[in-house]
Amino acid sequence: MLYKNSQLTAEGKLKHFLSIEGLKRDLLVDILDTAENFTALAHKGRPVKKVPLLRGKTVTNLFFENSTRTRTTFELAAKRLSADVLNLNISTSATTKGESLLDTLRNLEAMHCDMFVVRHASSGAARFIAEHCEEHISVMNAGDGAHAHPTQAMLDMLTIRQHKGDFTPLRVAIVGDILHSRVARSQILALNTLGVTEVRVIAPRTLLPFDPRSLGVHVYHDLIEGITDVDVIIMLRLQKERMAGAFLPSEHEYFRLYGLTENKLKHAKKDVIVMHPGPINRGVEIDSAVADGPHSVILQQVSNGIAVRMAIMSMCLGGQDSREESA
Amino acid sequence: MTSNTSISIINGRLIDPANDIDEHLDLHISQGKILSVGEKPSGFEADIIIDAKNKVICPGLVDLNAHLREPGYEFKGSIESETAAAAKSGITTLIFPPDTLPVIDTPAVVELIRRKAKQSGKARVLTQAAMTQDLEGNEISDMQALQQVGCVAVSNAGKPLGSTLIQRRAMEYASTFGLQVFVQSEDRHLRNKGCAHEGRISARMGLPGIPEAAETVAVARDIALAEATGAKLHFQTLTTAKSLRKIQHALADGIQLSADVAVHQLHLTEMDIENFNAQCHVHPPLRTLRDRDALRSAVASGLISAICSDHQPHDADAKAHPFPDSEPGISSLETLLALTLKLVDEGVMDLPTAIARVTIGPAQILGLPYGKLDAGSSADICIFEIDSPWTLKREEMLSKGKNSPFINWEFNHRVTHTLFEGRLVYQSDKN
Amino acid sequence: MTPTVFMQQPAILDLISGMAEQLQSIIRERQLINPVMIGIHTGGVWVADHLHKKLGLADELGTLNISFYRDDFSRIGLNPRVKPSNIPFDIEDRPVILVDDVLQTGRTIRAAMNEIFDFGRPSAIILAVLVNKTGRELPVQADVTGMTPTLKPNDYLFLRGPEPLEMQLGQKTASSGNND
Repeated sequence: MLYKNSQLTAEGKLKHFLSIEGLKRDLLVDILDTAENFTALAHKGRPVKKVPLLRGKTVTNLFFENSTRTRTTFELAAKRLSADVLNLNISTSATTKGESLLDTLRNLEAMHCDMFVVRHASSGAARFIAEHCEEHISVMNAGDGAHAHPTQAMLDMLTIRQHKGDFTPLRVAIVGDILHSRVARSQILALNTLGVTEVRVIAPRTLLPFDPRSLGVHVYHDLIEGITDVDVIIMLRLQKERMAGAFLPSEHEYFRLYGLTENKLKHAKKDVIVMHPGPINRGVEIDSAVADGPHSVILQQVSNGIAVRMAIMSMCLGGQDSREESA
Repeated sequence: MTSNTSISIINGRLIDPANDIDEHLDLHISQGKILSVGEKPSGFEADIIIDAKNKVICPGLVDLNAHLREPGYEFKGSIESETAAAAKSGITTLIFPPDTLPVIDTPAVVELIRRKAKQSGKARVLTQAAMTQDLEGNEISDMQALQQVGCVAVSNAGKPLGSTLIQRRAMEYASTFGLQVFVQSEDRHLRNKGCAHEGRISARMGLPGIPEAAETVAVARDIALAEATGAKLHFQTLTTAKSLRKIQHALADGIQLSADVAVHQLHLTEMDIENFNAQCHVHPPLRTLRDRDALRSAVASGLISAICSDHQPHDADAKAHPFPDSEPGISSLETLLALTLKLVDEGVMDLPTAIARVTIGPAQILGLPYGKLDAGSSADICIFEIDSPWTLKREEMLSKGKNSPFINWEFNHRVTHTLFEGRLVYQSDKN
Repeated sequence: MTPTVFMQQPAILDLISGMAEQLQSIIRERQLINPVMIGIHTGGVWVADHLHKKLGLADELGTLNISFYRDDFSRIGLNPRVKPSNIPFDIEDRPVILVDDVLQTGRTIRAAMNEIFDFGRPSAIILAVLVNKTGRELPVQADVTGMTPTLKPNDYLFLRGPEPLEMQLGQKTASSGNND
């Protein structure tokens, strides 16, 4: 009961994966190393891309926010671990009709599940579910409000490590709507925990949270100044709603000031890598020449996504069994 | 016990800030009123003697802001249950904001509430009239009629008004009849969809924020309108240091104003929501440590002359949601006195000042004849034991709402008796 | 109690030579065509390295990381730092010489066979182990053995390497698992 609120068991092993916050560097490195092992599974010459680690376990995708691509990645990850997968797309209109989050949970408890993968529009939702579901269930946060998207951050870290090796000398710039971005918050935490030299955020003031430096970053309002000499550039997606909320005048203006083009890219280091959590808005935050160009590692992020989720699922569900080994 | 019982309370330390008294004096009650303080009147024989050794005798508390939930939200609380909770906590007068269902915009609702309060007979329930019909913010209500049936102030219960023009007219109309205007200052556009103070904590947690400016912009506007209309304005549940500065300037300029603070704002800050604890989800939100300290100073100096509970009992489901989706509010009657006295323990102010903030302070804001121990006043008395530790336990709460972040907190001073109109409406088991 | 040296490199290499001879016999008798060799991480790979050279096999040595196939995953979880499996040849219809350092319960071999079958369907699997201990929990047998030592129940043999190879003997404590 004492550890029900924490992500870790009493022995310090991963039980839930809710946020990068509070996780030590060694644990993050373990996740990356484990994920690296799983990347090998996707190679040619291996007809069966599955391993039997989670055979007999059931993973339920609880998506309160629509997202086909993220849900598919989690589903693939679970299936490659030989788990059974249950998909529950609970559109928000159903919950406003009366069934509360807790009621949904209680109904699910009847279905003997081992893991919930949760995506929800409210910050803190994944933690809420972890605090209220049955003791043996592990909860993975697939994105809660603007709070955290820790699996995305980890696959981004894996991609960075694959190209750059050591984190310590790196300067990383994150460009775009930091204010509303759960991805950015998790990335900043992961980068700082892994010990990079500098994390920069680049955005107009309307798209930055209160006192952004307190997140552990340097703040830039000018794109070129911000990406000068950086090793990694992470572009965030711009939601169309931001124009309506008076955050920005137009997409055109945003692209002019903050969109990444080949020309602007020249200011970064020669071997800079360009990342994007997807889906990409071509011509808004990034132009096609860069998205498809030699610096872009976007496709690698996608394939790393499955390996990272396999790793975290395995770490959460393995080594928890203090019961007698079942048949 | 009826109001005809005569009572003497002896051996206690009597603290009556209204009359600047803090000494060991006896108190004598007859016919529901205070007969005398100090010497027993000749020929007076008490039917009941209450021994207040090691205890403080003070006026029954006056709470400017308590949502009793009836009529309309009986699944969250009832006048019966909530006045019982009040009595247990030494509170004898409650001011009830108008956001019931139906709202308090007709004399019939005022009557209903008065009847229910009289039926349970545990505390005095006074009502605030709705400023606009149905609290919609557009058409003003029958303020004068509501005043006639007993409403002590008018407010829009924190719900937005259609425009500043409507606000001006409503305040002018209220001031025609000398009706005090209670306001919860907030600019609803700046509040937007926020649920936590816009600061470093909410930035890290990704919670939509309510900036300080949401309150200060509205406070500035409300002060200007008070000055323009001459309405007597009272600011409810302030949360920011900057608002306090504006009020201080306004008072220096001779504008008639008063202010209160919710007791939880004097203890909790934005850091208490770090675990997404929905019990700390309140509106207006918990602010920074600096704000809390400024509020404490203002309470100590008297710039804020009243501490209220901002009591908002909820059903269990209301809080059983992720933080942004939970309903804000704390069930706080049962900790109003305890948390106020905790400020004394923490050295924020002395005991008589603390007691003033929950008795004569609030009473004077409304010009009510309560919160004091004058001869002839209603015998509303609170007796609490000094250095008597107790823990707030969920199952011991009398309010229907168990939504309190103070559950399992330890407090030092415990109410042992509460008298309302000369009747013992609460007595703790040990006595 | 600190482990003691049980056997040193020269003696171990002798055993491996013996294993190579046994394997060559089997290949002849059973007429195994174009066999491939797979070593199980980590000790099995060290032994397989030497065997592979001695037999002069055409294909590269395959290596197997069985951590995704262990049957005790629920209890002990994953070790993050083991090299991934690498099977740089087609298994389909080929004879596989599977090599491990110590055979005891048989669970490692079961996991290894499960994993091999996820790569393809071998025509045969020949098991070669350096040390054959008693203590089977599954019906698994070695076709080729380096040595079968007489040990006490609590004795625990393990291979150190890769250079120099050294076999050490320790005492099993109550908490240490053994799934060879």
